[in-house]
Amino acid sequence: MAPAVFLLLVWMLVPLCMTLWFSLRDYRPLRGGDLGFVGLENFARFVSSSSFWPAVLTTVLIVGGVLLVSIIFGVLLAMLLDQPMWGQGIVRILVIAPFFVMPTVSALVWKNMFMDPTNGVFAHIWRAFGADPVVWLTDVPILSLILIISWQWLPFATLILLTAFQSLDSEQLEAAEMDGANPLARFFFIALPHLSRAITIVILIQTIFLLAVFAEIFVTTGGAFGTRTLTYLIYQRVLESQNVGLGSAGGVYAIILANIVALFLMRIVGKNLDR
Amino acid sequence: MARAVTTQRKALNTAVAWTVGLLIFFPILWTVLTSFKTEAEAIANPPVILFFDWTLENYGVVQERSNYMRFLWNSVIIAGGSTLLGVLIAVPAAWSMAFVPSKRTKDILLWMLSTKMLPAVGVLYPIYLLCIQLGVLDNRVALVVILMLINLPIIVWMLYTYFREIPGEILEAARMDGAGLKEELLYVLTPMAVPGIASTILLNFILAWNEAFWTLNLTSVDAAPLTAFIASYSSPEGLFFAKLSAASTMAIAPILILGWFSQKQLVRGLTFGAVK
Amino acid sequence: MGRITLDKVRKSFGEVEVIPPLDLTIEDGEFVVFVGPSGCGKSTLLRLIAGLEDVSGGEIRIDGQDATMVPPAKRGLAMVFQSYALYPHMSVRKNIAFPLRMAKMDAAEQERRVKAAADVLNLTDYLDRRPGQLSGGQRQRVAIGRAIVREPAAFLFDEPLSNLDAALRVGMRLEISELHKRLKTTMIYVTHDQVEAMTMADKIVVLRAGHIEQVGSPLELYRNPRNVFVAGFIGSPKMNLVDGPIAASHDAATIGIRPEHIRVSDEAGDWLGKVGVSEHLGSDTFFHVTCEGISEPLTVRVGGEVDLRYGDKVWLSPDPDHLHRFDDKGLRIA
Ligand SMILES: Nc1ncnc2c1ncn2[C@@H]1O[C@H](COP(=O)(O)OP(=O)(O)OP(=O)(O)O)[C@@H](O)[C@H]1O
Ligand SMILES: [Mg+2]
Repeated sequence: MAPAVFLLLVWMLVPLCMTLWFSLRDYRPLRGGDLGFVGLENFARFVSSSSFWPAVLTTVLIVGGVLLVSIIFGVLLAMLLDQPMWGQGIVRILVIAPFFVMPTVSALVWKNMFMDPTNGVFAHIWRAFGADPVVWLTDVPILSLILIISWQWLPFATLILLTAFQSLDSEQLEAAEMDGANPLARFFFIALPHLSRAITIVILIQTIFLLAVFAEIFVTTGGAFGTRTLTYLIYQRVLESQNVGLGSAGGVYAIILANIVALFLMRIVGKNLDR
Repeated sequence: MARAVTTQRKALNTAVAWTVGLLIFFPILWTVLTSFKTEAEAIANPPVILFFDWTLENYGVVQERSNYMRFLWNSVIIAGGSTLLGVLIAVPAAWSMAFVPSKRTKDILLWMLSTKMLPAVGVLYPIYLLCIQLGVLDNRVALVVILMLINLPIIVWMLYTYFREIPGEILEAARMDGAGLKEELLYVLTPMAVPGIASTILLNFILAWNEAFWTLNLTSVDAAPLTAFIASYSSPEGLFFAKLSAASTMAIAPILILGWFSQKQLVRGLTFGAVK
Repeated sequence: MGRITLDKVRKSFGEVEVIPPLDLTIEDGEFVVFVGPSGCGKSTLLRLIAGLEDVSGGEIRIDGQDATMVPPAKRGLAMVFQSYALYPHMSVRKNIAFPLRMAKMDAAEQERRVKAAADVLNLTDYLDRRPGQLSGGQRQRVAIGRAIVREPAAFLFDEPLSNLDAALRVGMRLEISELHKRLKTTMIYVTHDQVEAMTMADKIVVLRAGHIEQVGSPLELYRNPRNVFVAGFIGSPKMNLVDGPIAASHDAATIGIRPEHIRVSDEAGDWLGKVGVSEHLGSDTFFHVTCEGISEPLTVRVGGEVDLRYGDKVWLSPDPDHLHRFDDKGLRIA
């Protein structure tokens, strides 16, 4: 056990301490390097910069949008896949497949082959109905990103919710039916409460991963057109404009934010460990 | 549910589910199909779906022009190396946590999990800087180590949940039967743990293969894996649909196939045993 | 040979003393059954003998040799677990042969012994299957097979039949008894089941909270329970225990009377009562009768069919020859 713990400890502590250190300094490698200790100034500047609040909004929209899509459609899809049908295994695989596509590929495929305003599939469809093709990534950039990222994460939600569905004791449903509950009531009073734990877990895990979404933005818009999330903003501060102090302060914010979400997740997982 | 379902009902389910399934799968299908078209057919309006002249030309071009094999090889080394290294380190850890748990075991497991939650961007610069100072920017070994560390918590967790399912009575029976520690490991524990270890390797290989934050930010040429190779197509000069599709297909095909085997482990691995 | 002696054996888990110092001798070839309420330490005691738990004090001797510090495999004992603990990745043949393989026995001898064990246990047709492809009873037999091939000094069983259904249990019970008669090897057997204890044991050990309450043959325990606990524990349905003035009239703090030792009459007797629920088993009928001055309903056994209905008035008289008397410490009064 010791080596694993030790490695992780080093892996976590060293960069973390460095980030904290940088966040307290005016450190710009391209403009003379370390310009000294500035206290909490970076933290204040990071939140007061004109790109901060838009980035927060973008982050909230994307994370919230993807969560909404993947939970709602995930529940519906899980219910659908739980029904008796022919070729269930194959359909399941079809639905899960997007999760295995590497983020850069899915972003690129969507961007070019579907959302391209002249040759994309969507443009063809729009024209077939006599409408003007939408210039997706410029006109509705956030919606486009939600679409791409949801496509990647919907399978994850579906799979977990399906697993949860399948663990629902069918006798419970039958008992409810005997008690006079109609299908809608059975869904809301039996199935949904049973799913609530799985849904919570999907929300927490996806939130953590979605807050860190990077490749999709990097490949599609490069942060332009108001698609700069907090993660992307920090990335730009650190590597593109090489304002390490400022970016590190942003990094500290991101770590705190992720830890708040993680705390909830750990409580659920921890309870599960006791059994 | 045990109740008989009418054939109509089943047919309806089937129709709806297949439609939805194909719709979700369509982008992948479309990419694969396009990769066999000529560039002209790829952007034809209206699009041709199946009846075009199937060609393998794009694959040849991608392969020649971009040295695809080198990226592929980097991906294999980085994903495979980090997974194997991770498993080597994680097996003893998970083993001792499952079979000789202490009061701290639970805390350690949760703490490991919390390191997985650390946003990468928060430590981007320190890692970047360390790589430069150690002269390992754009280096495969560095990426092997970094991806190993990123996935180590998941590997430990998955192995732990598998090991914990091995009943203690079996080990006691082996001891009664005269197995020493060595035989116990060799004849009883290892064979029972192999399926769990295999699934862990599979899922983590996939996760490492698709990792696209560190691989994009810490590589340029030498160590660039397929994630970076694909990202290079996002620049305008790379915009040839058929070739883009061929490159994409080559990057995702191996993983799609592996992915089909790992559906079940996916849930266990990514929810840390919270959903079974 | 398999004579096992426990000398002041103690076991604590941390602060909790599960087994206070305990002495017990198990003779060679004996079939000894441990019974007692859940959590009283039966499994712990068995595992101490097996060597799966270390004693906190005292000494365990096997055939006169001190085995206290000997590792489980070297004690020459075989154990059959409640969950069978078969190796899921090995065939039945490999499972049974495993202890022999560990002992580095040569292949021909292994094969011979496995065959012999499979013969005895009717497993010959299943040797190439995996445990997962067997029924509960068959798995149980494989577990026993794995134990007998080693020709151990003693067998240890921890509730081996509790995962089987009722009919199979009866069958396996007979098979194990049969095996004992044939092998004449010491067997120590933990169970919850009254019938198993009474029918299989040469000697029953009644445990409570790690203490031995009484050791003796099944009939000894049935006829002469040493205290109230044993009286109430051995026998099914339970012995009726009555205290208060009625017990005092017999010069005791508590009196006990088994259901079959109560006479029923509708005219006269010692205690007047009202018939409650009755259980008709065909050969016997059990009545639960509420009597004046006795807080708990009494259970009465009547042979064959008797025409008594719910609410009827009856007179009950205990058979004075079979009345058990206990003092205020719960000990039997001779
Ligand atoms: N490893 C352990 N650590 C702490 N306490 C234990 C341990 N094993 C058993 N105990 C405690 O020791 C007592 C005796 O347990 P044991 O399993 O021997 O009971 P048992 O008589 O076999 O019960 P049952 O009939 O339910 O199987 C119980 O109170 C139990 O909680
Ligand atoms: Mg027990």
